[in-house]
Amino acid sequence: MKPDTFSFQLKLNPEDFLPATEEEKQSQVVMRESVSFWKDGMRRLVKNKVAMASIAVIILVMIFSFIVPAFYPYSYKQQIKGSNNLAPMEYSQQEQERIDAGEKVFPHIFGTDKMGRDYAIRVMMGSRISLLVGLIATGIILVIGSAYGSIAAFFGGWVDLIMMRIVDIIYTIPDILLIVLLSFALKAPLGSLKDVPGFGWVGVVGENLISIFVVFALLYWVGMARMVRSQILMLKESEYVTAARALGVGNGKIIRKHLLTNCIGTLIVTTTLQIPSSIFTESFLSFLGMGVAVPLPSLGSLASDAINGMNTYPYLLFIPALLISLIILSFNLLGDGLRDAFDPKLKN
Amino acid sequence: MLKYIAKRIGLAVVTIWAVATITFFLMNMVPGGPFLSEKAISPQATAALEAKYGLDKPLLQQYFTYLTDALHGDFGDSLKQRGRTVTSIILMKFPVSARVGGVSVLTALLIGIPLGCIAALKRGKFLDSLISVVATCGIAVPGFVICTVLLYFLGVNLKLLPTMGLNSPKHYVMPVMALSFYPTAYIMRLMRSSMLDVLGQDYMRTAKAKGVSGFMSLFKHALRNAVLPVITYVGPMLAYTVTGSFVVEKIFTIPGLGGEFITAISGRDYTLIMGTTIFLATLIVLMNVAVDIVYKIVDPRIQLK
Repeated sequence: MKPDTFSFQLKLNPEDFLPATEEEKQSQVVMRESVSFWKDGMRRLVKNKVAMASIAVIILVMIFSFIVPAFYPYSYKQQIKGSNNLAPMEYSQQEQERIDAGEKVFPHIFGTDKMGRDYAIRVMMGSRISLLVGLIATGIILVIGSAYGSIAAFFGGWVDLIMMRIVDIIYTIPDILLIVLLSFALKAPLGSLKDVPGFGWVGVVGENLISIFVVFALLYWVGMARMVRSQILMLKESEYVTAARALGVGNGKIIRKHLLTNCIGTLIVTTTLQIPSSIFTESFLSFLGMGVAVPLPSLGSLASDAINGMNTYPYLLFIPALLISLIILSFNLLGDGLRDAFDPKLKN
Repeated sequence: MLKYIAKRIGLAVVTIWAVATITFFLMNMVPGGPFLSEKAISPQATAALEAKYGLDKPLLQQYFTYLTDALHGDFGDSLKQRGRTVTSIILMKFPVSARVGGVSVLTALLIGIPLGCIAALKRGKFLDSLISVVATCGIAVPGFVICTVLLYFLGVNLKLLPTMGLNSPKHYVMPVMALSFYPTAYIMRLMRSSMLDVLGQDYMRTAKAKGVSGFMSLFKHALRNAVLPVITYVGPMLAYTVTGSFVVEKIFTIPGLGGEFITAISGRDYTLIMGTTIFLATLIVLMNVAVDIVYKIVDPRIQLK
C-alpha cells in the first residue's frame, strides 16, 4: 500500500510489534566494560604528557635524595681537609696528588662549600629534608583539615559557625610569629625529651623541624578545611546520605565511608598542590634560619648560606635554588594534571 | 547593606580581640624576657625595669591593663627601643613597607589581569601557551630565589640597579619585581581560568547575538564577572604585602615593618609584637570586609546576609 502523505491517520506497521529476536536483543547489550573512577582518571593522567614528565622528575629527585646518598662516597657532614671552596669537578692539591699516585678519587660534582664538605651530597640531603618536610606536613594537614572541614560541614548550624569562625581567626594570625614563638617555647621541653629513652630521634630531627611540623598542624590546615567543607556541604544533601541515615548508619561512618570517599578527587588534587606549598614554606623558614638544625642541610638553608659568597661562588646558590624551583614546579604541574584527570566537573 | 557592614565589623572586632589574646598569652608562655639578653644588667635593674613596664604584675592583670590601654589608643612604649612608643615605630616603618608593597600589588594587577585575559582569549594559541608556562613557573619559584637571582644579575654583575635602601625610584625596581613576581603569576592563572569560564556562559553568546561590539561585551560582560576571584585574592594579599615581606626587606636592606616585626619577636619586645600583630590583623580583617563590599558593588547578584 502506498503511504498517503496527506492523511492524518496514524499508520502503524504490524512488523514493528513482533517480539525481538535473540540477535536483536544481543545488539542492545552494552559490551563495554564498566570503567571505575580510578581507571578512568589514570587513563586520562597517562595521556597527559606534562603530568607524566613531572612524575618522572619527582621520581628522579626522590632516587637522588633517598637512594643515591647511601652509595655516595662522601657524607653530608664530612669535612674534607684542604678541599674548601672547590669549583665543580675540581680537585684539591692533596686529592690531585692521590690521583697522580694512581688512587681513584670521586670527583666533587658540584664542588665543595667553605667548610670543605662535598656539595653534591649536601644538595641531595637537602632535597631529602625538603621532600620529607613537604610530605609529612602535607599528611598532617590532610588529616586535620579533612576531619575539621567535614565535621563543620556535616553538623552545620552553630557548630559550623563557631568552627569556621575559629578558622578565620587562625587565618589572621601571622604565621611567622607563631613559628618563632613556638620554636622558642618548644625548645626546652623537646630538649629534655631528647634524653628520654625511645625519644632519641628528637635530637636527630631537631627541635626546629619539630616545631615546624607543630606549626603546620596548628596553622596551615585551614585552607584544606575550607576546601573539604565546601565539598561536603554539597555532598551531604545527596540521596545516598539520606539512605545511609535511614539504614541507621552512624554520623562518623557516614563522614568516613560516604562523604570523604566521594570527594576523594578534590582531596587528591588539594593534597598534591599542598606538597609544593609546604616545601615552599619550609625553604622560606630555613632561609630565615628557623628551619632545620645544623649540620643537617635543607635546600632553603643551603641557599641562605650561599648568599654571602654569591659573588665568588654563585653556583652554591644557584644549584639549590634551581632544584627547589624544579621540585615545586613538578609538583604543581602534577597537581594540575591530577585535577584534569580526577575532577568530575572537568570531565567533558 | 548598612546592617550587614555593621555585623561584619562587629565580627571583625571579635576576630582582632581573639588574635590579640592568643598572641598575648602565647608570647608570655615562651621562656625568656625582653631584658635577659643584656648581660651587664643587675637583677635589681631588671626588677626595676620590669616594674616600670608592669611586667612584675600577674599575667591576667597585665592582660587587662594592656587591653584597656589599647582601647584608648595607647599601645605602650617599646621595651627595646627606649623612649619610643609602639605607635610611632609603626607609623614610621609602615609607610616604607606600604609604598613598596602598594607599588608591587599595582604592578601585579596591571600585568596579571591583561595577560590573563589575553591568554584566555587566545586559548590554545602560542601566546596562551607562553603566558601559561611563564605563570606556572612564576608560582613555582620561591621569593628568596627571585631576590637573589635579581640581586646577582641586575645588581652585582651588570650593576644596573642599586642593591640597598630606598632612596630613589631606581631603588624600588628590584624589591617591587621580587615582591610582585608571585602575585602576578597567580593573578594571571586565576584570571585566565575565570575568563575562560565566563566566555563559555550563555549571556556572552546572547550579547554577541544582540550585536554588542566585541570590545564592549569584553569589558562590560566578561571582565566584570571574571575579575571576582581576583578581588578575593587581592584583598588579603594586599594586607600581607603592604605590611612588608621579611625576606625582601632583609635581602634589599629596606627599613620596613616586616623586618621590625621579626626583630621584635626574637628580642621579646612584647609591646611591639602586640602592636604589630594587632595592626596586621586589623588590616587583614578590614581587607576581607572591603572585599565583600566591593563584591557587592561589582556583582549586584550577590546578596549580602
